[in-house]
Amino acid sequence: MSAVIESHGHDDHHHGPAKGLTRWLYTTNHKDIGSLYLWFSFAMFLIGGAMAMVIRAELFQPGMQIVEPEFYNQMLTLHGLIMVFGAVMPAFVGLANWLVPMMVGAPDMALPRMNNLSFWILPFAFFILLSSLFMEGGAPNFGWTFYAPLSTTYAPPSVTFFIFSVHIMGASSIMGSINVVVTIMNMRAPGMSLMKMPLFVWSWLITAYLLIAVMPVLAGAVTMMLMDIHFGTSFFNAAGGGDPVLFQHIFWFFGHPEVYIMILPAFGIASHIIETFSRKQLFGYSSMVWAMASIAILSFVVWAHHMFTVGLPLAAELFFMWATMLIAVPTGVKVFNWVTTMFKGSITYETPMLFAIAFVVLFTIGGFSGLMLAITPADFQYHDTYFVVAHFHYVLVPGSIFSIMAAVYYWIPKWTGNMYDERLGKLHFWLSFTGVNVTFFPQHWIGLAGMPRRVPDYALQFADWNMISSVGAFLFGASQILFLFIVLKTVMGGKKATSKVWEGARGLEWTVESPAPYHTFSTPPKIN
Amino acid sequence: MNQGSKKTIRTLCFAVLGMFTFSFALVPLYNVFCEVTGLNGKIELRATNDTNIEIENGRDVSIQFVSHNNEEMPWTFEPSEDSIKIKTGKYHTATFYVKNPTDRTMIAQAIPSVAPSNAASHLKKLECFCFEQQELAPGEDALLPVRLIFDDKLPSAINSVVLSYTIFDVTDYDGIELTQNTHNSHVMEPSL
Repeated sequence: MSAVIESHGHDDHHHGPAKGLTRWLYTTNHKDIGSLYLWFSFAMFLIGGAMAMVIRAELFQPGMQIVEPEFYNQMLTLHGLIMVFGAVMPAFVGLANWLVPMMVGAPDMALPRMNNLSFWILPFAFFILLSSLFMEGGAPNFGWTFYAPLSTTYAPPSVTFFIFSVHIMGASSIMGSINVVVTIMNMRAPGMSLMKMPLFVWSWLITAYLLIAVMPVLAGAVTMMLMDIHFGTSFFNAAGGGDPVLFQHIFWFFGHPEVYIMILPAFGIASHIIETFSRKQLFGYSSMVWAMASIAILSFVVWAHHMFTVGLPLAAELFFMWATMLIAVPTGVKVFNWVTTMFKGSITYETPMLFAIAFVVLFTIGGFSGLMLAITPADFQYHDTYFVVAHFHYVLVPGSIFSIMAAVYYWIPKWTGNMYDERLGKLHFWLSFTGVNVTFFPQHWIGLAGMPRRVPDYALQFADWNMISSVGAFLFGASQILFLFIVLKTVMGGKKATSKVWEGARGLEWTVESPAPYHTFSTPPKIN
Repeated sequence: MNQGSKKTIRTLCFAVLGMFTFSFALVPLYNVFCEVTGLNGKIELRATNDTNIEIENGRDVSIQFVSHNNEEMPWTFEPSEDSIKIKTGKYHTATFYVKNPTDRTMIAQAIPSVAPSNAASHLKKLECFCFEQQELAPGEDALLPVRLIFDDKLPSAINSVVLSYTIFDVTDYDGIELTQNTHNSHVMEPSL
């Protein structure tokens, strides 16, 4: 690089943000990119949520009411894909962008230009995916798990666009993860050893390694599908010597670590918030780190518990059952640590704390139904029923999504310099909490009673609970409009936040003023 | 950017490439793993070359034949007998009737499946129509043989075995050769 450009880059360093739209297009600032990720994720959350509303509206009563079954399947598929890859994952990447550099005392992410690229390819991925709704044959309709040969031989033509959009999402995630790992491993302030890192940073370091390990496997799986569809190979086509069960093995080898990718950062967030509002040091820091690391390692050896009914041999069923149950041990350690942190603390119940406590309670319910599903013989009954739907929504909605909302309320004073409206925040919490439980708790019962998942119509005996579930879903959906309003109101103005914001807050991000200046920690802070 | 960052980036990029390669390596690994451990009941479907397999005084085992047509496969395809009793260590020939009722020449491939899975590795075949693709002219029919034997190591708990074939239309796949190690038998899933 020439000296001229270098000195120009040096001058830029002291500027504030650029003006206009190009600020967002060309930005390499971790805070800008963090905001972009978070807003993108919010938009996807609302789009995926609208699809969930279509699903619940159709299921409000038995019989076909509103949409065609074909369109219902497309909604179901896109809802899953958008919520997983468009809402939850980008939200966590956005939080990592905002918080990781500030928490480790680094001036920015290690690879700022790649950071820009990894965000800006995402809108294209989802534009491609959503545009498939308007293509001949409709959008992908085979469920977010896209089992071959349903997603190859029997798929609509738009599946090729789906494959490319997954490639782009994967590239974005991989670049984002490399950025996070390089930042954490090489740019920590002097004196911050690994075991002094804030837990959110730890959770993201582990998540990033998981992403680097499994997103390429997902890319491989969709590439094999592409080859089966267009180049005459038979990876998953039994007629040509391939094996449909192999697809499930490859998919879940990616898929199980993927579900921990969506929950580990939530563990980090909950740890910070519970510690802050309990006004106590977190109980069992090092056991939290070891628990997250063990969960991550175990996630690679449990994938076949998603496929107990494909005809696995007994030895494999036993192995995957026990390995899965083993995960309850480190997860239990984490839950006990959170509860012990709260024990005898001077707790106050601000909105982030409400969401964090709800996270611990409701995530644990989701964890318990997961343990039930891990029991192989029981799984033969639960498999592909609404019990599974209830299980993974309990870990994803009041798990991942609640933790993201908690994080937004907790750090938004630092991001905007304004306090959010506490009264509206609490209202949002109680509406969401009620909505989530009314939506998903009855699904346990209709699942155990035998209602299959992924159906647009159902037998009459499931009618009452489905109607209640739909009412809950509409409540939850509507209360997110309130969330949008609260966030916008806070961005526009409000009571000025202090640097520390919360009485019990710990960590480097609370040492800089609110709102956090465009450039922080240009000189590394001192860590004691 | 410092040296440490560059090294981390290099390592991570190799990890990404490595995992992408690994996803493709899973395809042969899956087959090899299943063959070596016997998990999933996968066995090589080459003709057996074991000459010491025949014994006198084997025990009785019943074998049931099941035939399936893959979706939109118009051929008639059925076993000549639904079920037979055979003795372990004795060769037996069973036949399947096929007919191409269409007015075009078609090529088919049959893929076998054995239940219970731990019987699969004890079921040996000297010849089988599933070893190669079958071509039938319009209206043509044939009696396809499979010559099979159970070795005497068949677990004593197993008294009845299901051998199922699914027949696939591979006319459009003409020219694609199946590789030997993908000629595997699959565990038949009772609920499928």
